[in-house]
Amino acid sequence: MPPLPAVIHGPAPLSWYLILSAVLFALGAAGFLFRRNIITVFMSIELMLNAVNLSFIAFSYKLGRNDGHIFSFFVMVVAAAEAAVGLAIILTVFKNRQTLEIDEVSSLKN
Amino acid sequence: MPASYFPAPAEYLRVLPEIVLTLFGVAILFFEAVLSEARKRIFPPLAAAGLGAALAGSILAYGSPGAAFHGMILVDGFATFFRVLVIVVGLLAVFASSEYLRRENHPGGEFYALILFSVAGQSVMASANELIVIFIGLEISSIASYILAGYLRDDPRNSEAALKYFLLGSFATAFLLYGVAWIYGLTGSTNLEAIRRALSGGGAPPLMLTGAAAALMFVGFGFKISAAPFQIWAPDVYQGAPAPVSAFLSVGPKAAAFAILIRTYQTAFGPVAGDWQPLVWACALATMVVGNFAAIQQSNIKRMLAYSSIAHAGYVLIAVAAASQIGAAAAMFYLAAYAFTNFGAFAVVTHVARKGERYVKIDDFAGLAQRQPAMAAMLTIFLLSLIGVPLTGGFCGKFYIFKAALDSNLVWLTVLGLLNSAVAAYYYLRVLVVMYMKDADGPAEPLPAAGTGMKLAVYGSAAATLLLGIFPGLVLEFASRAALK
Repeated sequence: MPPLPAVIHGPAPLSWYLILSAVLFALGAAGFLFRRNIITVFMSIELMLNAVNLSFIAFSYKLGRNDGHIFSFFVMVVAAAEAAVGLAIILTVFKNRQTLEIDEVSSLKN
Repeated sequence: MPASYFPAPAEYLRVLPEIVLTLFGVAILFFEAVLSEARKRIFPPLAAAGLGAALAGSILAYGSPGAAFHGMILVDGFATFFRVLVIVVGLLAVFASSEYLRRENHPGGEFYALILFSVAGQSVMASANELIVIFIGLEISSIASYILAGYLRDDPRNSEAALKYFLLGSFATAFLLYGVAWIYGLTGSTNLEAIRRALSGGGAPPLMLTGAAAALMFVGFGFKISAAPFQIWAPDVYQGAPAPVSAFLSVGPKAAAFAILIRTYQTAFGPVAGDWQPLVWACALATMVVGNFAAIQQSNIKRMLAYSSIAHAGYVLIAVAAASQIGAAAAMFYLAAYAFTNFGAFAVVTHVARKGERYVKIDDFAGLAQRQPAMAAMLTIFLLSLIGVPLTGGFCGKFYIFKAALDSNLVWLTVLGLLNSAVAAYYYLRVLVVMYMKDADGPAEPLPAAGTGMKLAVYGSAAATLLLGIFPGLVLEFASRAALK
């Protein structure tokens, strides 16, 4: 059996985590901009916040400190509060219009 | 060592306004559940009392200035200025809303609780000295504001405004947070002064990465202050939200967002000011142009005021671009003058809109001067101040901003800013012309006289607008001393 490459034994380098985080963040941003269902758009925002959490944890590990971990908890708490309010708002929109297509929610104009 | 985990009494004193606001907010929610319908009339006075107590609390807190909670909160003149400003705006919002909510058959206590929570968040933002606290404050303020924007939940306009505000606001927050994560990774700290030290020392992280992180954060701040190109949400939200809420949103959260923008960029990113100045320069210009030229084409007055508030964010960004102490002082003064002026204008719109907000076209103001001359006169004061006519707060604010810009050699931006204010005069004057020179076509629906709360809000805003215009020294002197170096 050939020996495993060194990188699998040791901790992955910081850059891997940061690249993964950036990719997730970009996916979230793209989902926000291009998806048309309100729930999917909302999920994309959650993806972005979790990508940020990954960055916080990776940096925190690299710096050898634990404040980054605590920041990620703060982000989770805020994301949960946002989800509660956001879903309620989405519900009122649905009740008023019977649709979750974001393009159909556009009555406000000049 | 554990002793340092217990904050000193002075540290609690320094977050007194936030404590008071939260307690009153929770108390109102509690009473909302237990009181009978008839007793629920006490909510507006109770909320006003809470804001009054918080106002006293912020002045008390200023009596022992300094840092609290391991440097996360910093109570200084700058923080106190913005705390007082957002609390007074909250007070005006309570006065302007009570009549509106009764008119729309939604006189719930939670509205006032949400105003208090939102103001508490803005107060945290004003005194935050650390990026995570800034984020928390911003979210406390924003989450409450999202609900306020959709408060009349059976009105499709309200729910659409809330949805747009919520989605775009959370999107922007994610960018802000990503920038914070990178600043944390690059400098090893989220404390603004520690970041400043890390950026100014010899071992500063690569400017490229710091710049990218600062730019990500600027996206977040830019959304909250409705700076171009992040302003798209503002017209829809201000048009769709209940009018008193639009009044509140267009001044309170905006002032607090400017407070954190100025504090972050001048304290933490001060050492690299030369690198972000051009970005803010371009943003200020784009914001003014987009706001003013879009406002000209509007026929809905709430939407027009929304675009006008975008343009005013552009003027304040000129002062931010100056990146100097006098620039910060000018921004502070302008935000105070703008807060009273814009709130007042929206309050008059709230009054004229009547039940169901059916009269929000500019043409609906025809004949207002004959029907309610006092209200027309007040709106005239606000519009003149928004134009920047002498003897109003708006004039002094613009004067100090352009002076600060000239002191920092931003000659072109000053010229373009002046040209923009000339353009802006057109759409404000149009409302005056409609109000004084046109008669209402056909028999219009009667316009009931304003109640006590609305009168307090409108006359109070007008008095503050004139006071800031005639005696600007009162506030400017404090702002110059309190402005960040």
